[in-house]
Amino acid sequence: MNTAIVLEALLTLPRGLILTLALTIASLAAGFAVSIPLAFLRASSNPWASAPVLAYTYAFRGTPLLVQLFLIYYGIGQLSLVRQSFLWSVMREPFWCAFIAFTLNSTAHTTEVLRGGIQAVPRGQVEAAKALGLSGFHTARLIVFPLTIRIALPAYVNEVIGMLKASSLASTITLLEITGLSRQLVSETFAPYEVFIVAGALYLLLTVLITQAFQILETHWTRASTSTADATSMSKRAPKPSLAPRELDAELHHRTAPSQTQQ
Amino acid sequence: MKRTILLALCALVFCANNLGAVDRKTLTIASEGASPPWNAINSEGALAGFDIDVGRDLCRRINVECTFVPQDWDGIIPALTVGKFDAIMSGMAITEKRKKSIAFTQPYAGGFNQLVVRKDLNLPHTDTSAKLNLTTIDAEKQAVLDQLRAALTGKTLGVLRSSNSEAVLNELFGKVATIRSYDSQDNMHLDLVAERIDGGLADYFTWKAFLDSKDGGIAMLYGPQLSGGLWGPGVGVGLRQDDRELIAAFDSAIDAAMRDGTLKRLSEQWFEIDVSPQVSN
Repeated sequence: MNTAIVLEALLTLPRGLILTLALTIASLAAGFAVSIPLAFLRASSNPWASAPVLAYTYAFRGTPLLVQLFLIYYGIGQLSLVRQSFLWSVMREPFWCAFIAFTLNSTAHTTEVLRGGIQAVPRGQVEAAKALGLSGFHTARLIVFPLTIRIALPAYVNEVIGMLKASSLASTITLLEITGLSRQLVSETFAPYEVFIVAGALYLLLTVLITQAFQILETHWTRASTSTADATSMSKRAPKPSLAPRELDAELHHRTAPSQTQQ
Repeated sequence: MKRTILLALCALVFCANNLGAVDRKTLTIASEGASPPWNAINSEGALAGFDIDVGRDLCRRINVECTFVPQDWDGIIPALTVGKFDAIMSGMAITEKRKKSIAFTQPYAGGFNQLVVRKDLNLPHTDTSAKLNLTTIDAEKQAVLDQLRAALTGKTLGVLRSSNSEAVLNELFGKVATIRSYDSQDNMHLDLVAERIDGGLADYFTWKAFLDSKDGGIAMLYGPQLSGGLWGPGVGVGLRQDDRELIAAFDSAIDAAMRDGTLKRLSEQWFEIDVSPQVSN
């Protein structure tokens, strides 16, 4: 163990944090947004809706992300069709290629995670929403989705951590995130142990932070949804959790009141 | 838990020190296999090239059985020091920085490096047959370098990660151009053809193999033939520093191969010119 190199790594590698986090957060956010409608399609009983989504998630979950990244970065770069189009200004850049590959991959995983959540929502809840006269969209937005998120949260945390680790693959397409900087530093020092141990510790630290953050979120949500008494006592102390049932009540009154007056 | 950690640590330490007695009847030599004509993977999936042919000849002279293994360039020195193989023959230039980690034999080849740019950039004309040694820079050389710097300002240049070219490129053009490091020469060529990069710096012979290929038509050599400086005296066999006997054996084998013209013959066979070291005495 050469402490001088460990120190150098400790000073150098955090510079790659920004790019690692940017790639991870951007592709997770984009993936999450796209996977919500896809998850509902995937959970639908209509095969015309669910089959294409299944084909997509199957393909992207069943192939290595590195292969997907190379296909998008080196593969698309070979097509003169793409090179002559407006797309090239985006596809030229390694960052956007990584972002696109990671997003496609993350969307596939997140879609399946949410689909599992949707199918785990108790039937009675959906039937109750129907009985209240909620439309399909409102049932999805006010009942199914909030419950889905809570059910799927533990599995989604795995996806977040998986994406953070997978972001290291960006180093294979010239990006200098934590792993890219590590490889560069190894090439200057020929000391892979010291450098990669520091890199590993950095990733581990990020993983711990992510796990902690989601644990806080989880306890927050479960507390908020266990009992209304609990929720009201909470609202005195803390800002009201956005998915608390009381908000749902207000929404329901608001939605059903006008239709009653019309009768 | 504590015991598990201890066991894991022990395992790591053993892996790192797995340098047991090497049976000197056999040697394993590593080569990158992605820098033709120095070394490449042929259609049968085996290593072939100048490095490999020279290596076979040297092994025959030392009277050991040699196997060649492919190894990615950017891990090749650490892998030698931890004993994954016994020698490196991969067009590796002898440099002071590398000498801190490994030992080198005397050079078995020379060679030089050159910039390549895309033809469609229409950069100002340069003399590509001029030679420029970077060991000492005088006013005349500085003028040439300044011209290059002006021409390449704002451009994106590729280079093989952890090569001397990378260090030189950063030193000469790091302030005026964007430098991107690649894990293999092949991937750099792909990005050059795809116009993600405008040019690059690498070993001349490696460029030549690419420029002569179907895809290489879009690019051309640019600026003088660069040598000296960080590139040192030439290309040598990389060995572990404590393998004194092996270093000496390889040195005398290179000497013999140089004297009887074998190095010259192999050089002309692979490079079409003689880059073998000149017999000095």
